[in-house]
Amino acid sequence: MTAVAQPVVREPQPNGVAPKSAPALDLARIRADFPILAERINGKPLVYLDNAATSQKPRAVLDAIANYYAHMNANIHRGVHTLSVRATEAHDAARRTVKQFINAADTREIIFVRGATEAINLVAQTYGRVHVGAGDEVLITAMEHHSNIVPWQILCEEKGAHLKVAPMDDRGELLLDAFASLIGPRTRIVAVTHVSNALGTVNPLREMIELAHRRGVPVLVDGAQAVPHFAVDVQALDCDFYAFSGHKVYAPTGIGVLYGKRALLDAMPPYQGGGDMIASVTFEKTTYNVLPYKFEAGTPDIAGAIALGAALKYISGLGMENIAAHEHDLLAYAAETVGAIPGVELIGTARERAGVLSFVLEGVHPHDLGTILDREGIAIRTGHHCAQPVMERFGIPATARASFAVYNTREEVDVLAAGIRTAREVFQ
Amino acid sequence: MSADLGELGDLYQEVILEHSKAPRNFRKPASANHHAEGFNPLCGDRCSVYLDVEDGAIKDIGFEGSGCAISRASASMMTQALKGKSTEEAAKLFEEFHNLVTGDAEAMKNAAELGKLAAFGGVSKFPARVKCATLAWHTLQSALEDKEETVSTE
Repeated sequence: MTAVAQPVVREPQPNGVAPKSAPALDLARIRADFPILAERINGKPLVYLDNAATSQKPRAVLDAIANYYAHMNANIHRGVHTLSVRATEAHDAARRTVKQFINAADTREIIFVRGATEAINLVAQTYGRVHVGAGDEVLITAMEHHSNIVPWQILCEEKGAHLKVAPMDDRGELLLDAFASLIGPRTRIVAVTHVSNALGTVNPLREMIELAHRRGVPVLVDGAQAVPHFAVDVQALDCDFYAFSGHKVYAPTGIGVLYGKRALLDAMPPYQGGGDMIASVTFEKTTYNVLPYKFEAGTPDIAGAIALGAALKYISGLGMENIAAHEHDLLAYAAETVGAIPGVELIGTARERAGVLSFVLEGVHPHDLGTILDREGIAIRTGHHCAQPVMERFGIPATARASFAVYNTREEVDVLAAGIRTAREVFQ
Repeated sequence: MSADLGELGDLYQEVILEHSKAPRNFRKPASANHHAEGFNPLCGDRCSVYLDVEDGAIKDIGFEGSGCAISRASASMMTQALKGKSTEEAAKLFEEFHNLVTGDAEAMKNAAELGKLAAFGGVSKFPARVKCATLAWHTLQSALEDKEETVSTE
């Protein structure tokens, strides 16, 4: 049931405006791959525009979960029995799929975790605790999700280190010069989001990583909002760590990935102790297992990892370039359509954006807008998006956020725009 | 409201919309001797409630803050309903209001006894909005008990 992408030849577009439709994707077939899109909400067809919170799951992913439990459920790396071998092989295959998807150099660099949050905490509590000391600095940006702020705050508090924050401008673009000047002799790690979940800003990672590396500082990238939207190549970026969540990229909740350069991971102490992460245990001394198992204590989310593999294969089949082009078109169309509604102010107008349209509507609190849109079957996120410092930066308590996935259409953007107009009528 | 909005109309009743646009007692009374801060961390709504309580009676009451239409209207109408009431009556009214917005059958039946506050009965059909309607009331309770920490809906 996978929609097959046709090869696409794209004419260069003037002013970066995408063509009216992305011919490479068969949207009707793609939508048919996602059973939940047939749901009706309050009597209306579901218009799901909360993909930055979590994406919906294609049948390929649902089938992978069911197939795992129906035909191969067993613990991995343990039994000699057939099911355990099957489960282990499927789990290993999923790791290879992830490695390929982000173009890591080695499968040992792919650590399965619960999500981007756990991946960041892992690095803060292992690499961070070894390398960050009293008076040292951790550098983040003003557009981070709480998950890339709080783990570093905890570390800094414990160690007596300082959290530095690189500022952004009124469009929501990082101030690269200020960022560069904040990388100092005490900076021990830079942690930065690839794409802002609240604003959609795509950060100039290559430049940022190069700036940090020039001063010998490693960079962790929070890729939770990037991986669903365009091809990510960790070797081309030359990032040291890359974190993402499965559930935002069409896989289930509870599974995610930490990529780390092998030399760094090898030198890091373990995160949690338990089964699977050991080579040998005596009461006197435990020898840790090799990568990636050193960081995977306990029975992992086996079905989740396999389903993540299925999700990444599914979108690879559609083509990340096709997905990026389609979503770019949707975002441009939404910015134009929603931005033209009187009273709407877009929050976050960076030149490079992905996946997210954040806005406020004059006279209508985002929470009220969310309720009114829900009556129309439209799911958006309203609030601070776990990025309270971003809201503070723009002097607003909350925004409404429409966020896009491969299965969204221009027609759905029109439904959203009509819903926003209804909200204006209610509150006029 | 022009269009027939069905359940949405139950939530955004005329009186609620009117209060959200022009909240009453949106001020800090100079004579206030009780105060508390309320916060809904999920949506960022903030509410400060100020009370002038003398001999167990609410002589004056005001509020400040930012939030959605439901939370603003609820705070505004709460201040109107409570001025002149005893603190016991205020606590009882909160209980009845809470029962109403959470859809308690008995409270729904007796909604008329709540006067204007009965307009919030529609909130019960929108479980995600109950916290908006009760933020001011939780803050009131905290103010009456002189709690120092910010009251959170979570």
